[in-house]
Amino acid sequence: MSEAVGAPVLSARGVRKEYGEGDGLVRAVDSVDLQVGAGETVAIMGPSGCGKSTLLHLLGGLDRPSGGEVVLNGRRIDDISEKALARVRRTDVGHVFQSFHLMEELTAVENVELSALLAGRAPRAARRRAEELLERLGLAGRSGFLPSALSGGQRQRVAVARALCNEPLVVLADEPTGNLDSAAALDVLRLFRDLRESGQTLVIVTHDARIAATADRMFSMRDGSLVDETRLTGGTAGRLGALAGLED
Amino acid sequence: MGRVLLVTRLAVRDLRRRPTEALLLLIAILAATTTLTLGLVLRDAAGDPFESTRAATQGPDVVAKAAGVSELSRLERLATASGVTGHSGPFPVTSGKIQASGRTSDVQVVGRDTADAAVDRPKVTKGGWVTAGGAVLEAAFAHALDVGVGDSVTIGGKPFEVVGLAVTAASPPYPATLCLVPAGCVHGAVPEDRNLPAGLLHNPGLAWLTQPDVQSLATGRNALSHVMNLKLSDPADAQAFVERNGGDAFLQSWQGIRSDATELAKDSQILLLIGAWLLGLLAVAGLSVLVGGRMADQTRRVGLLKAVGGTPGLVAAVLLAEYLLVAVVAATGGLAIGALAAPLLTGSSAGLVGGVGTASPTWSTALVVTGVALGVAVAATTVPAVRAARSSTVSALADAARPPRRTGWLISLSRRLPVPLMLALRVAARRPRRVVLGVVGIAVTVSGMYILLVLDTFLGSQTGTGVYTADQVETLRHVLMVWTVVLLALAAVNTIVITWATVLDNRRASALARALGATPQEVTVALAIAQVLPALVGAVLGVFPCGRLLFAGINAITGADGGDAVLPAPWQLIGLTAATVVAVALLTAIPARLGGRRPVTEVL
Repeated sequence: MSEAVGAPVLSARGVRKEYGEGDGLVRAVDSVDLQVGAGETVAIMGPSGCGKSTLLHLLGGLDRPSGGEVVLNGRRIDDISEKALARVRRTDVGHVFQSFHLMEELTAVENVELSALLAGRAPRAARRRAEELLERLGLAGRSGFLPSALSGGQRQRVAVARALCNEPLVVLADEPTGNLDSAAALDVLRLFRDLRESGQTLVIVTHDARIAATADRMFSMRDGSLVDETRLTGGTAGRLGALAGLED
Repeated sequence: MGRVLLVTRLAVRDLRRRPTEALLLLIAILAATTTLTLGLVLRDAAGDPFESTRAATQGPDVVAKAAGVSELSRLERLATASGVTGHSGPFPVTSGKIQASGRTSDVQVVGRDTADAAVDRPKVTKGGWVTAGGAVLEAAFAHALDVGVGDSVTIGGKPFEVVGLAVTAASPPYPATLCLVPAGCVHGAVPEDRNLPAGLLHNPGLAWLTQPDVQSLATGRNALSHVMNLKLSDPADAQAFVERNGGDAFLQSWQGIRSDATELAKDSQILLLIGAWLLGLLAVAGLSVLVGGRMADQTRRVGLLKAVGGTPGLVAAVLLAEYLLVAVVAATGGLAIGALAAPLLTGSSAGLVGGVGTASPTWSTALVVTGVALGVAVAATTVPAVRAARSSTVSALADAARPPRRTGWLISLSRRLPVPLMLALRVAARRPRRVVLGVVGIAVTVSGMYILLVLDTFLGSQTGTGVYTADQVETLRHVLMVWTVVLLALAAVNTIVITWATVLDNRRASALARALGATPQEVTVALAIAQVLPALVGAVLGVFPCGRLLFAGINAITGADGGDAVLPAPWQLIGLTAATVVAVALLTAIPARLGGRRPVTEVL
């Protein structure tokens, strides 16, 4: 359905995800084709239950498709071993979840460094990288706080920092503003704009038109299929960006 | 009716919703009730066979003995003493050697009439009663000599045919047989290099012959003495009667005989009660984890019930019904298994009527066991029910999992370790109380195994020394075996319960670790190591100091000095520790694997 702007980093070809069988068969994702170029930001919008999150899970190697191919950085990831898939999640993909999914017993900096430690980085290097990211995201003073002591927006920024820790090829964000109030959502919107401007490849699943407006391309999804594509030239610099209140 | 149906349906549905946890809860309560049943049945069994024997044989309240003909007048005076309502005898008694099946033993022979006596009618369990030239042997003595009806024996050098086997309440069963001869008897072990004084009998058995046959055996050294059996108007007064009429040297009360008759059963009971305490600790540890986990899980369910119109009363009724179902099944099962296993431990009463296979739970045992099971059910219901009554529906519905603990130093330490170890330490650090329960559980099990090793070595060294017969050693080994099996079974259940609780509690953390790049193997190994590390600590503590402390405690309770006990060798202790760790690793493998491979998207 779609063509990437640059060389594709992530692509899906005829990807399907089915649950159940016979009369109870449900197609959560139905023959999706998608290409995401390096440095591109892609937003996927659609009503609840249309299969957005499932598609994101398939693209990020959290789940395996029932059919079709998912290619990341030129390599199929839908048919590789669990171990290899874990390696992909560790180094090539960063996940941001709607409900943050931070470890409650770990401080902000410990949460961020966790993905680096899992990737085998030395503890000192992992800590340095985590602190850098928290500083970059404006949380330097909060690195020793537990998630319960952070606001929603701060927690989501910690989650983003964690996703960026291993310098992934692509960051996949699932409703990153879904659990946030307006002010915190705006905060996260700015963060994603900055990420886009820094050249980070992003795929964002969202209900929020404002965050979709930060993308280069926006897809509409219905009943498991991508039904519409909109190219948003200039991303946040365009009209939707102005609507979202992101322009200074 | 509709309300009862609704409550039952909701309770059954919830149990079916979490079948593994319901099954583990059932097994944990079942293990606790089985242990309790065994302990209580054994307590009763120690006294019951003697009472049955006493009733079936017109057992005497007092047994009186006289050294020679000159003392017969003393026995005659006793027959008419105040409080005596009946008597049999005096019967002649002599002693000698009995040879049978290639074995030789000391024996005391009592001369009896062929007709039944008014007091002490030994109950023939096989064959018939005494005839001229026909001997009847006390059942436990015959069993030890491996002699049956129809066999030939030699007593005092004269041949006799064994015409019957019988049990009596006038003497404890062999080898604790009441000493009836003036020369005296010695029971128990005698060092090989020590010679007994002439005439002193060593672990004598008991046989009955006709009076003429006994008189024909009497010689100068083995002259006749006499024994008489008395019935009192108040059997409970027997000990006081003994003290008023000459003391223990001449008289023995039925209470004294009962005490000697049930001595081995008491040894068994002490062993079992120690085991019961250890098992009780294990059961409490397992139940705390399981019930605590279910309580946390039920807060949201309480919210749901309230949201659809359930009152706090209905909520409490549903939770109570759920636990009652499990508790009643567990109590019934525990009583049945305990009753079936108890006879394995009561073989020590072979010389008494119905000594084998008759131990069964009494109503009071059933009530205590059921009460304990229901107590667990009520305790498990109370906290969520009170919480339900106090909390608002909204907050109950929004209830998240119990927040994990932060153990900063452990998290900091874990950063320097390989991924599986790092995750394992963090899993353990999230729930320190559960780790403590795991350590305690393993320490209790290992200290129990330590004691078992000591007792097994001790029993091995007792065969043939006279303290215990081979059969008695076998009986005590039965006790140890049952203790071992139940202890290990409960420890295994506990390990699985704690692992499963850990797996469930760490669903989200495990899924998140995998989303961030941990492999299923790394998560599986981490969940297993999170159990194995506390097991290692528990095993080491179980050996030292817990094992040594438990051994000292047992010695204090039983009055033994323990100085002769052979403590386990270092290689045995290392082997025990290693075996514990391997067993825990194996038991946790499947739950950990299930936890490590659960689809990430199902959880997050």
